[in-house]
Amino acid sequence: MENQILTTENLFAHYGDIDTIKNVNVSFPKNSITAIMGPSGCGKTTFLRCLNRMHELTPNAGSRGKIILHDEDLNKLEPIEVRRKIGMVFQRPNPFPTMTIYDNVIAGYKLNGIRKKRIEFDHIVEDSLKKAGLWEEVKNNLHKKGSFLSGGQQQRLCIARALAVNPEIILMDEPTSALDPIATKIIEELIVELKNTVTVIMVTHNLAQAGRVSDYTAFFYLGDLLEFGQTEKVFTNPKNEITEKFLTGKIG
Amino acid sequence: MELTLSNNNKITISSNSIKYSDNWKLGENIFNSVLTGSGIMIIMIVIGIFLTLILSSLPSIKQFGINFVTGTTWDPVFERFGALPFIAGTLITSFLALLISIPFSIAISILLGEYFKRGIFSGFIKSMTELLAGVPSVIFGFWGIFFLVPIVREFEKILGITAYGIGIFSSSIILAIMIIPFSASVGREVIELVPSDIKEAAYAMGATRYEVIKKIVLPYAKSGIFAGIILSLGRALGETMAVTMLIGNFNKMPTSIFAPANTMASVIANEFSESTFELYTSSLIEIGVLLFIVSTVINLIGKWVIKRMVVR
Ligand SMILES: Nc1ncnc2c1ncn2[C@@H]1O[C@H](COP(=O)(O)OP(=O)(O)OP(=O)(O)O)[C@@H](O)[C@H]1O
Ligand SMILES: [Mg+2]
Repeated sequence: MENQILTTENLFAHYGDIDTIKNVNVSFPKNSITAIMGPSGCGKTTFLRCLNRMHELTPNAGSRGKIILHDEDLNKLEPIEVRRKIGMVFQRPNPFPTMTIYDNVIAGYKLNGIRKKRIEFDHIVEDSLKKAGLWEEVKNNLHKKGSFLSGGQQQRLCIARALAVNPEIILMDEPTSALDPIATKIIEELIVELKNTVTVIMVTHNLAQAGRVSDYTAFFYLGDLLEFGQTEKVFTNPKNEITEKFLTGKIG
Repeated sequence: MELTLSNNNKITISSNSIKYSDNWKLGENIFNSVLTGSGIMIIMIVIGIFLTLILSSLPSIKQFGINFVTGTTWDPVFERFGALPFIAGTLITSFLALLISIPFSIAISILLGEYFKRGIFSGFIKSMTELLAGVPSVIFGFWGIFFLVPIVREFEKILGITAYGIGIFSSSIILAIMIIPFSASVGREVIELVPSDIKEAAYAMGATRYEVIKKIVLPYAKSGIFAGIILSLGRALGETMAVTMLIGNFNKMPTSIFAPANTMASVIANEFSESTFELYTSSLIEIGVLLFIVSTVINLIGKWVIKRMVVR
């Protein structure tokens, strides 16, 4: 396939002595949305956290194998650099409660001690909030703390925060599972739009969501990547029996 | 036992031997009155202490009025009592102790709350800090006299000032050591309470551990850390024994932070047994009232600041 942005080669991940991710080989196409699915505990979160090297921060955890961003080995880059190129959005919205909305958006710069002119930051904040579809709702309250925002707004603030450092990839771990249906719909539409600027890899438990949003689907089972392909194909014509059972609700 | 739902929707449980409902009521009533009683008793005790202190200090209040607080002369022989040297001594030693203790207690809080949450090393430091909190203050005073004072004296010699050894500086160091466990344990608790998901978010943006602590953990925990510091200040203000042994009990306005001085708590402890006439006794009691007020005011300021700093 042409235009792959991120590739894993023989990726293993473990907690203690137990391999949680086993020999995963997969390539994510640029400017696409991939849904990662599979039963609870199959290693979706673990896999995602390998991709921006957050996994290695967990005590006693580690990984083997290669992850290649364009043609660079992730393990040879500084973690800071990796995480600037590959952003992350979590299951529960987690804006920084001590910071204003404005500071939350530019937190990626502030945290790493990167200085810029005020006007540049203004521009980044406006741009990122617009991309995250939050600008109109917060433009008059930029210098208030973000805690008065609704859950869905907080999640979009987190997306804006991830976008602000111009990442190439954004990882999302069940980004809507803590949100109501309306907020979920807004975020889903947003994710589809994001495709123009970034590559999205998202974990979701929601089959319908994966169907609506994703171009590709990766199906994990007990740490193995059983199936990866275009969502349509995986959904209508799964190659693997277990995938089919999952899709028809027989396991999960 | 049977359960009936009567027409007014009350559930009555009855059995052959015990009437649950009656017992419940009785138990509840007793429980309520014990709770209320204890509450009222606490209020009465506080008011009682304050009133008796005020009453006993009436003679000196009448005699000196506001001059008692602003007066700098304390001379029982000529029956002149001004408490400013002690107020100054108390405030200076306490705040200096606070200043010395803050970097250490914040460092220990971070160490135990974020760096080494578990493990032998952290367990060891934790028990050492607890041990430090339990050492009787007379022991601190003793240790201060035999170990700390000579060092301070050498230090003063190097500085080229009168080498008393004892005085404000030595007292403040001892006070600092005594209050570190308090502010550090509160600090550790609030740092442990910082939600892990906001730390994760920061790590996911490439922040290092130091950056996470400085820009995420400390801002989040600052009001709690401040609360711990105020708590420890309260203890420093009232600490008597160790300070009495080290401060030099010099009843004049302190001239420098190395000079001997006296504190409110110390002067009361030292002179109460020799206060031979009513005005003397009542002056000492009035100092007690002032100490009570100073502690309360500082506590209130602390609470006010915490309220304004709380993360919401
Ligand atoms: N910090 C950890 N320490 C040890 N084992 C862990 C840790 N986190 C996850 N695991 C184990 O690794 C396996 C995969 O967990 P992971 O969180 O990746 O699953 P998941 O697919 O994201 O599940 P879910 O759908 O419930 O979020 C599970 O068996 C889990 O028990
Ligand atoms: Mg998960």
